[in-house]
Amino acid sequence: MDALLLSRLQFAVATYFHFLFVPLTLGLSLIIAIMETIYVRSGDEDYKRMAKFWGKLFLINFAVGIVTGITLEFQFGTNWSRYSSYVGDIFGSLLAIEATTSFFLESTFIAVWAFGWNRLSPKMHCVSIWLVAIASSLSAIWILIANSWMQHPVGYAIRNGRAELTDFLAVVTQKFAVLTIMHVLSAAYILAGFFVLGICAYNILRKQHTEFFIKSFRVAVVFTLIFACFEVFEGHLHGGLLQHTQPTKLAAMESHWETTSSAPMYLLSIPDPEHERNLLEVGKIPYLLSLLATHSPTGVVRGLKDFPKDERPNVWLAYIPFRIMVTLAGIFVILAVVGWFKRNKLESSPGYLRIMQYAIPLPYLAATMGWTLTETGRQPWIVYGLMRTSQSVSPIAVSQVATTLVGFIALYSLLGFSAFYLIAKFARKGPEPLAASNE
Amino acid sequence: MLETIWFILWGVLWAVYFMLDGFDLGLGSLMPILAKNDTERKIIYSSLGPFWDGNEVWLITAGGVTFAAFPTTYAVLFSSLYSALMLILFALIIRAIPFEFRGQIDSPAWRKLWDTCLVIGSFLPALLFGVAFANIFKGIPIDANGIYQGTLFTLLNPYGLLGGVLFVLLFTVHGSVWLSIKTEGELHDRAASMAKKLWAPLLVVAVVFLVATAFSTKLYNNYLKMPPLLVIPLLAVLGLVMTRVFMAKAAFWKAWFASSLTIVSATLFGVVGLYPSLLPSSLNPAYSMTIYNSASSPLTLKIMLVVALIFVPLVIAYQAWVYSLFRHKVSEEELVYH
Repeated sequence: MDALLLSRLQFAVATYFHFLFVPLTLGLSLIIAIMETIYVRSGDEDYKRMAKFWGKLFLINFAVGIVTGITLEFQFGTNWSRYSSYVGDIFGSLLAIEATTSFFLESTFIAVWAFGWNRLSPKMHCVSIWLVAIASSLSAIWILIANSWMQHPVGYAIRNGRAELTDFLAVVTQKFAVLTIMHVLSAAYILAGFFVLGICAYNILRKQHTEFFIKSFRVAVVFTLIFACFEVFEGHLHGGLLQHTQPTKLAAMESHWETTSSAPMYLLSIPDPEHERNLLEVGKIPYLLSLLATHSPTGVVRGLKDFPKDERPNVWLAYIPFRIMVTLAGIFVILAVVGWFKRNKLESSPGYLRIMQYAIPLPYLAATMGWTLTETGRQPWIVYGLMRTSQSVSPIAVSQVATTLVGFIALYSLLGFSAFYLIAKFARKGPEPLAASNE
Repeated sequence: MLETIWFILWGVLWAVYFMLDGFDLGLGSLMPILAKNDTERKIIYSSLGPFWDGNEVWLITAGGVTFAAFPTTYAVLFSSLYSALMLILFALIIRAIPFEFRGQIDSPAWRKLWDTCLVIGSFLPALLFGVAFANIFKGIPIDANGIYQGTLFTLLNPYGLLGGVLFVLLFTVHGSVWLSIKTEGELHDRAASMAKKLWAPLLVVAVVFLVATAFSTKLYNNYLKMPPLLVIPLLAVLGLVMTRVFMAKAAFWKAWFASSLTIVSATLFGVVGLYPSLLPSSLNPAYSMTIYNSASSPLTLKIMLVVALIFVPLVIAYQAWVYSLFRHKVSEEELVYH
């Protein structure tokens, strides 16, 4: 165990955990904003109760998302000081812009929303949740622009022994960032959609506040369906881009060893990285990999063998998560489409409701797998092609990192357990009666 | 020039963070002494509820700006102060969570757990930020490669600890004044008398700190070079005196602004004294992190400046609006936490 490995583990623990809470914040704030807007426009008090009920779950989740984000920002300095010093000119400014333009807005107006029910007009109150929703997505956008720069650095020059910014617009508008933003935001909205649908399903099945949850379901199912379909479409664009930006990641996630034209795709293969081959390849679909990666059935797809061994990512960590994520994405579309058709006869569809209540964790799994592919697939680089992860760790003692890693795991376990326990408790309890909710 | 502008902004961001989160941290530290029962604890939570989150973002921004404008300082400073900073971050996590979690389960043990977290999570950052900044003023042992040649205990030297005590007193006075503003009746009286009680030791520690600074640091060199700058420490002292004057008149909003002035000027006193260093090396002045050897490129500094000039005033405007929206006193009937 060295400081490098421990720092990587610590960052992994901290980001995985952070991203268990962020997507729900991004998506649920938007769903609540939609519900409250319906309330303001129609005057239907049920939608106000909805905003309050989902808002309660939202706030518990939000708190954990916020506190775990702060440690991430500072870890670039504590654990990755050489990285920070080398690319801070670009990467640091994106984080600072995120805080100034988005995080302030989000953190200030969440309080206005949470504590302002009786102090603001319904319209102004509704504006505050829209500001939270917009600011949280904006905040994600800046972070994803920063992450995209690590995946595909642009708009810089090496000067004074470091990477310096030469073209800000290139960094902010590069295609990699645009696609990543669409991908991650859609994933977050799907996750929040399934969260709402699953809790509705649970309560409708048990005939608790049936009418309330059917109404919530109808709002969320449209939302979920739109983003689930969009995500599948966007995913294809993504694969095509990797061919140009991160060929090693593409080859690893397909376990594709030899550079070939007219590359097929296999439904199942078993990678054997040691011998640079696949032990088994079943279910050949001719031309498909070339078609997806290069948009031409005969296009050339570079294989891992084209790259030096010390420039290849771990094949398993890219290959397996990719398959889980894609399979889940398909399932999400099916479940959302079925939900759309059943939206008016939910009470007579117990089978579907039962599936939906257990589907809540699936988008969490998909998001986690997606980030596993994204981040391990970038290795051994911390900035693809520019700086290695091994060169970027701070000159810190093993004992320091070991101590904080244990601290993170202990503290985050406590937080995670408490948060999910509380969310489950209030999800089961259902909404407050109308009178109480107007207090 | 750009570097100097960013140096000033960097100091201002930290100062504003200490001014705003200072009362949260101070009041959180004092909760077990000020609150005699659960209702009073809920009132304390409610007096901080709408504010702490927006206040904490000033820390994120101060950190982000250190990263963006002075990446090498960010790298050296935060890796050098690894253990201290991690302690602060863990503490800030357990400081924040009680606000959302505490009232969700009706059990004394559950509430007790989160109350303890709030107290520890408020006290530790108050103390450690003081220790850290006093050490920055004094300089820390960083070598030619920006590698820290000390441990966590290197920071716990007398001057560093004095800085810690100073911050704790500044923040607890600030927090007591805040609670005096936000409450009525017994709790208000207790908070007001606490503020007055803590004020005397604060004055003593502040004077000792200003004197010790002459011996332990080189901060006064800049002031000797440019005597008009001495107005900054004078403002800190003035703020401190006015805090007491306004407390005596029971004008607690004014006392809070005076106390804010003290915190801001005290931070800026150190920052201005550091210039052009951001992090002096105690091994050799040549190893110090300065605005010259650690700043970002002019292009980045310019873009960041445009962003800051547009958004920071905007942030101040809407945060001021939120403070006025929730300026009312917290009473038992109006608890936002149950």
